[in-house]
Formats: sequence, structure tokens, C-alpha cells
Amino acid sequence: MMATMRQETETDEQRAAEATPEASPASRLRTSRDEAWAKPVDRVSVTAAAERAPADTVQGRKLSGPLQGFGRMWQKTFRVPLYGATLSPREVIAIWKAEFPAFWPKSAKFYAPLAGIAPGEVALLELKPLPGAPIKLSTGVMVIYADDESFTFMTPEGHTLSAWITFSAFEENGVTVAQAQALERPSDPLDELAYMLGGSKMNDRFWEQTLANLATRLGAGGVPVETQRVCIDKRRQWRQVGNLRHSASIDTMKRTATAPIRAMRRAVKRASDRR
Amino acid sequence: MSGTTVDVDTLGSAAILRIRGEVTSASEAALGEAYAKATSAGARSIVLDFSGMEYMNSSGIGLLVTMLIRVQRAGQKLMAIGLNEHYRQILSLTRLDEAIHIHDTEAAALAATA
Repeated sequence: MMATMRQETETDEQRAAEATPEASPASRLRTSRDEAWAKPVDRVSVTAAAERAPADTVQGRKLSGPLQGFGRMWQKTFRVPLYGATLSPREVIAIWKAEFPAFWPKSAKFYAPLAGIAPGEVALLELKPLPGAPIKLSTGVMVIYADDESFTFMTPEGHTLSAWITFSAFEENGVTVAQAQALERPSDPLDELAYMLGGSKMNDRFWEQTLANLATRLGAGGVPVETQRVCIDKRRQWRQVGNLRHSASIDTMKRTATAPIRAMRRAVKRASDRR
Repeated sequence: MSGTTVDVDTLGSAAILRIRGEVTSASEAALGEAYAKATSAGARSIVLDFSGMEYMNSSGIGLLVTMLIRVQRAGQKLMAIGLNEHYRQILSLTRLDEAIHIHDTEAAALAATA
């Protein structure tokens, strides 16, 4: 019976599609949902989006998800019920997307793409790899999915984490909940070490602060952020040890260490040009 | 929004998980139960049949990763069939296609389990 009913529905849709050149509601829904996904890319391409930050640790890199990382795989969920706020999940996501950089803790910068948080766009970031680190790491993320109720970032090779992070809002027991959920592995052995030595906790505090800032903006300040960490895979992927060659941490350290030499060379060149 | 149903067919050492509806964060229980059923039946290969799937969002992709880890830990193999071009592209974008073996037909997937 079910099969027959489904067949009849499809036939009706087909008839509607034939009768009018416009797409059926079902196919329109399918198309709009399909458009929530970014198109596949071989390499990340940074557009004019974020020229305000160094892009060389992102440009031309492959995307790297939790399967491509080195360390243990963790699923981390940060959520805050927006008690007192009268916003729907869609309204929360609209504000979150539009003002995303404003919710980040001051220790880090998010250079949003000019086109906003939309499928295929690339944002650049500057963050500290460890608590108290004297340098900031330049890296980025690509928006791989974005619809009205959620959006997802995926990291490029070289980022300290090989990860996806999904930001979503939904209703639970009559209250709108904002959530960030990451599926992540430290990308290489150095990143795994840093993660174990405080990087993981720093990362947790980062997202807890972000959600607290969002809740405050939405009129639900003071509500504690709930954090859940689950180790999905205890094994380290030694076959991914070669990820070290892409390390944005190493690139950033090299660039920082050689900055005085480069500055001196430029000064010498300017002086000789003047003569 | 429609839910997810997953029927399990066991064929020799392979179990085919026939997914219908939407794969989102709400599908965790349905997928988990189907996988547990397949494993308790002794399946060495898990074939995910997406031909009845209407839609999958990024949380759904996350569920595939956690299933993949469980499969690898159990020494099983994970395969996919019935993916349309759009979802093949998504598995490529997320680089899941490097770990999940994609086949054009059920027969090809079953042949690969032998």
C-alpha cells in the first residue's frame, strides 16, 4: 500500500512538472537543500574575501577532515539553552552567521568572507596554538555546508585540527538551544602534543566563551554553557604523520623567526636603492 | 521533515543497511540500531544503501564518520551504494570517499565483499 501511495505521489509530481515549466515543490526543496552544500574542491582557494590576513597557510591546501588527522578523534559538543530569548532557531542562525566574528574571544580573529558564511566560502583565522603562546597561528576554514538552521566549517591541511565543526540551533522542550559540535583530530604529532598539553582545554574554553557571547547578544546572558567531550577513536593514525609537512604552526613559527632577517634585507635593499 | 528508517538485509557475510528518508543528527539511533543488528548477525562488511535517502546534512555526514570508526574498530569494511552524483560529490568534498568504498550497484558491492 505504501509503495503504491508513493508511486502515485511521484506520478502527480511528474505530471505537475510536465504541465508547467516550473519545478515542483519537491524538486525545489531538493534543489535548495542541495545548494546548502559547497561544491567539491581539489584545493582551497582564498578569494578577495579575507585579504586582510595572511593566506599562504590556506591557499592551495586540500581540505582535511577528522579522517585525515593524526591524533585521537574527539567529538565535542557545546550548547547553551537561550532561556528568556524569544528567537526561533532560524533567527538565531541568521544572527550567528551575520555577526560570527563578534562572538569570538578577543584572543583570536576571524576574517569572514566578504560574501558571508555561505557554502564554498573561505574564512581566515588567527589564533594562539597554546595558552600563553607568543605567536598567533594563521590558518582558515571553508564553509562546506550552510542552511537556515546550521552551518559547518571544515579545516584545510596545516590547521592544528583536522575537523568539522557544525553550528546549529534547534528547539528543545520549548527553548531554543544554540550548539557548536566539533568532530576533530589534532592534525600531526606536534599538534597532538600541544592538544594534550593544554590545547584541548584552551579550545574548549574558546567555544564556551563564544557560545556565552552569543547567548549574551541574544538576551540570554549568564546561562552556563554545557560541554560534552567524547573520545570517538583512541587510536592515533601514524600513517598521517606526514601531515607535519603542511603544519601551519611550523610555517607561522618559521615566518615569525625569520621576520627580523627579512626586515633587515628589505632595509639593506632600500638603502642600496637610494644610493 | 521526514525521519529515517533503516532496514537491514543480511546476505552471507555482508549486511545491507537500506536507508530511507533524511540523514541528520536525528538519525543517530536508527543508524546505530541497524549497525548493531548487522554486527550481531555476524556481518563482516556493512553496505550502506542510499538509494532511498532523500537528504543528508552535515550532521548526517558526522554520523557516517562515527559509524566508520566503529566499523574499523570491529575489523569490518564499510561500503556505499545508491549514491546519486550530488552525494558522491559530498563524500568527495568531505574526503569520506577515501575511507568508504563506493560502488555503483549492490552486486558490485557484494562482489567486493567476497
